[in-house]
Amino acid sequence: MTVALDHVCRSVRGEDHILDMTATFEPGTINVLLGPTLSGKTSTMRLLAGLDPPTSGRILVNGRDVTGLPVRERSVAMVYQQFINYPSMTVYENIASPLRVRGAAREEIDRRVRVAAGLLRLEPYLDRMALQLSGGQQQRTAIARALVKDAGLVLLDEPLANLDYKLREELRAELPRLFEGKDAVIVYATTEPTEALLLGGATATLHKGRLTQFGPTPHVYRNPKDRITAQTFSDPPMNFISVELKNGFARSPAGVTLPAEGILKWLPEGRYDVGFRPRRLSLTKAPALIPVKGVVAVSEITGSESFVHIDVPGERWIALTAGVLERQPGQEIEVYLDPTRFFIFAADGRLVHAEPHGEERR
Amino acid sequence: MARIELQSLSHSYGSAPGTSAAYAVKPMTMVWEDGGAYALLGPSGCGKTTLLNIISGLVTPTKGKVLFDGVDVTALPTERRNIAQVFQFPVIYDTMTVAQNLAFPLGNRGVPAERIEARVRTVAAMLGLTGELRRVARGLTADMKQKVSLGRGLVREDVCAVLFDEPLTVIDPHLKWQLRGELRRVHRESRTTMVYVTHDQTEALTFADKVVVMYDGEVVQIGTPQELFERPAHTFVGHFIGSPGMNVLPASVERNVARIGGVAVPLARVYPNLAGRGRIEIGVRPEFLQVRSGGEGLPAVIKRVEDAGRHKIVRAEFNGVALAALVDEDDSVPETDVRFVADPDRVHVYADGVLVGG
Amino acid sequence: MEKPVSNRAWLLVLPVVAIVAFNAIIPLMTVVNYSVQDTFGNNQFFWNGVGWYKELLDPSTDLGGRFFAALGRNVAFSLIILAIEVPLGILVALCMPKQGPAVAATLVVLALPLLVPWNVVGTIWQIFARSDIGLLGWTLNHLGIDYNYTAGFFSAWFTIIVMDVWHWTSLIALLCYAGLKSIPEAFYQAARIDGASRMSVFRWIELPKLNRVLLIGVLLRFMDSFMIYTEPFVVTGGGPGNSTTMVSIDLVKIALGQFDLGKAAAMSIVYNLIILATCWVFYTVMTSSDSSRKEGAP
Repeated sequence: MTVALDHVCRSVRGEDHILDMTATFEPGTINVLLGPTLSGKTSTMRLLAGLDPPTSGRILVNGRDVTGLPVRERSVAMVYQQFINYPSMTVYENIASPLRVRGAAREEIDRRVRVAAGLLRLEPYLDRMALQLSGGQQQRTAIARALVKDAGLVLLDEPLANLDYKLREELRAELPRLFEGKDAVIVYATTEPTEALLLGGATATLHKGRLTQFGPTPHVYRNPKDRITAQTFSDPPMNFISVELKNGFARSPAGVTLPAEGILKWLPEGRYDVGFRPRRLSLTKAPALIPVKGVVAVSEITGSESFVHIDVPGERWIALTAGVLERQPGQEIEVYLDPTRFFIFAADGRLVHAEPHGEERR
Repeated sequence: MARIELQSLSHSYGSAPGTSAAYAVKPMTMVWEDGGAYALLGPSGCGKTTLLNIISGLVTPTKGKVLFDGVDVTALPTERRNIAQVFQFPVIYDTMTVAQNLAFPLGNRGVPAERIEARVRTVAAMLGLTGELRRVARGLTADMKQKVSLGRGLVREDVCAVLFDEPLTVIDPHLKWQLRGELRRVHRESRTTMVYVTHDQTEALTFADKVVVMYDGEVVQIGTPQELFERPAHTFVGHFIGSPGMNVLPASVERNVARIGGVAVPLARVYPNLAGRGRIEIGVRPEFLQVRSGGEGLPAVIKRVEDAGRHKIVRAEFNGVALAALVDEDDSVPETDVRFVADPDRVHVYADGVLVGG
Repeated sequence: MEKPVSNRAWLLVLPVVAIVAFNAIIPLMTVVNYSVQDTFGNNQFFWNGVGWYKELLDPSTDLGGRFFAALGRNVAFSLIILAIEVPLGILVALCMPKQGPAVAATLVVLALPLLVPWNVVGTIWQIFARSDIGLLGWTLNHLGIDYNYTAGFFSAWFTIIVMDVWHWTSLIALLCYAGLKSIPEAFYQAARIDGASRMSVFRWIELPKLNRVLLIGVLLRFMDSFMIYTEPFVVTGGGPGNSTTMVSIDLVKIALGQFDLGKAAAMSIVYNLIILATCWVFYTVMTSSDSSRKEGAP
């Protein structure tokens, strides 16, 4: 089964929530909607579920137009950020509820509840009241309910956002495997680029109600179509500098000058946005790197990695280094850019050149 | 600004104190130095929020004392403790403007109008709220509202301490990078004692000079981010800090060699006889585990490789135990005759979950 | 996207239309019909056009004077009871316990007056306030206050106002209590940390959050008190003189006492329109404050 949006728009009281969105979500993989708050993730989900009608455009299931169909005639399951369960029911009853509604046979219900509980490791809690569970267990129950419903479309709206960091890691690792081998379309909304990467599958990046790119997750991450997508899909945020390339030098309005090396050497003259990921900004000198002077703004250490925020004229950059590396705030330092690791965006934001990786790097 | 002392402090919500399980905060004694940036890190239900509320006076501890600069404040109500607190979800005064919100804690304490004005401007500039000062707070987005909450926490200069209760929960990832940095800068400039409660290791580690890791009402380790990462005192700390957490493998240790399922892993130090010390495990972080083809090392079976962007997470299994290792984005993962090799300097030995010194 | 159009839906609406027509539109039309006619009895009616309306809306005529006087009393009554019941209700809600066994007890006690039927309330107060045998009236008179609601203007007003306050303050209190309970604890904690006084907590946290329930409370109380009939009718019968004669009481007097159906019909139509207009104003205020709230929502 596939679910597709065909030039879907939605506006509410003259305000555009979704703008001309076209995408086809396939089964067998997790489709991630990635974007900041208010970028249209929840609006898209509500459209897919049939909770809201589109202002224009069509929603297709297996190529059939279902735009006007009410929610209860669609096969949809939804899991929300808040843990939504029936508080006065046991976990077992909670998971069984969609099957009960459908009037399934008792043995059938029991079998499927136990399978779902097994997958989500809820067996020990089946007789507990949903309210007595921890947040992680409550959300597992909600996911089990969605799973047991065997819906053609499963919508997960930031399901891990209210969980502890470690629980999030655990459940995120399990999620892709839960739906393996099912013919259900899974759509998962998140604000976190790292979460999208780890879920794998396909990612659609959203920005102000527009879908900016949709494709296999690693591909979107490494070949963002435009500057907005690159920005959305980077954590820590990607570093940028706007330059004018002329006579063998790239100059920024604030006065940073880079020699046209690496990819810059091959570009026609003009205005560009140069982007590079924080791990490509080095604090150690090396021959092929371009030095830029800056001032340390903040220095953060996590033990495994260090983040140094640097103010260069006109921009704030972040340098990410493995291990422990501390710099005093206010200190004037030189940072080093690797011209072979640049993303180049044209003045209108379109990608001209992506950072080469893996095999492409020879 | 103040030095905060907790003296044999404990708290239980239940009606049956005395049993160790009833404690939300188990007996602890701790000193937080004046001007320090501290983080309380732990999973939900570990007692970190209770501890924070005890310090702010919203909760009165069952036993023990809280001292600010040597003065016993245990019995003092919140409003007389001279502290500021920022909550998990934005708490703002809807009908006030942003400027009025920021001025509120100062106005209530009779600070002169010019001084209030100046402070409001400074704090607004710091948080990027200058353009919004005249707006009514109700119309703001959630992250803006949280910035206003943060601003109210930071606006007073004379506070003993500023307490943060998971303040960045509702903030988008990109803004988190910016606000975390701002908080750190504010701390450096004001040198106010700050206590930051969170379950998010990145927030705790990047904010604090000293991180207090809590589990089940107890403090399991206090240390700098580097110490917590490099020498976790407990397997729980190893697991909770780091993403993915530390690999913990059941082993037997003899002098400077650990054996896991018959494979020898060299250790950097010589350990005494650990017989009778309980369950023996070795811990090594995924960052310090190399994946090679051939040679020495643990012949673990790769289950899957996750692409995390700047690195790959290699998930493997050896002897029925799950293992994780990190491989740089640019490097490829070997496919044949795979060996996981640990850096001996980075391998720790644990007896019943507690770090054993060499 | 085109929605399917089917005129068969009208058939389904038909029963509802028929019922509404039978019990609302037809009676209303009868009233409209009366309001444009005059009768001298014997079931003979004469066309009078907008004559009654002209007379009604002209304060210099007998009918108009009567109507505007009664309307003035209605407005005054509503404003006075709102001015008392809203602050008092908020105060009661603020003083109510937030948890523990006392909550249930307080709720029951507060709900009691709301359960008493209107005419029973009237009868209770008619007896309670009597100067010869009523506890309130007797006490006041023995305290040296000249109190007799059948004779004194102020006594009569005092009685019906106190009666209404007794009857309906609970409604405002219960609404506010529900509103107060929905304020998260963190707001109070933050206020304590910000050093806010009790008054500022009320002004900046509680009142803004009560805004909505208060609007509903004021709407309910205003409409209800504006249409008041039973209680003053039972207690004072509209007297002494005409001093507590509300529009509704006067209507009954004209229609059933004097059998001036035309005048009474015109009067009830105008009365009705005033109530509808007020409702609409409240509705607009409520929805506009709703949409301004939504804009701010994340």
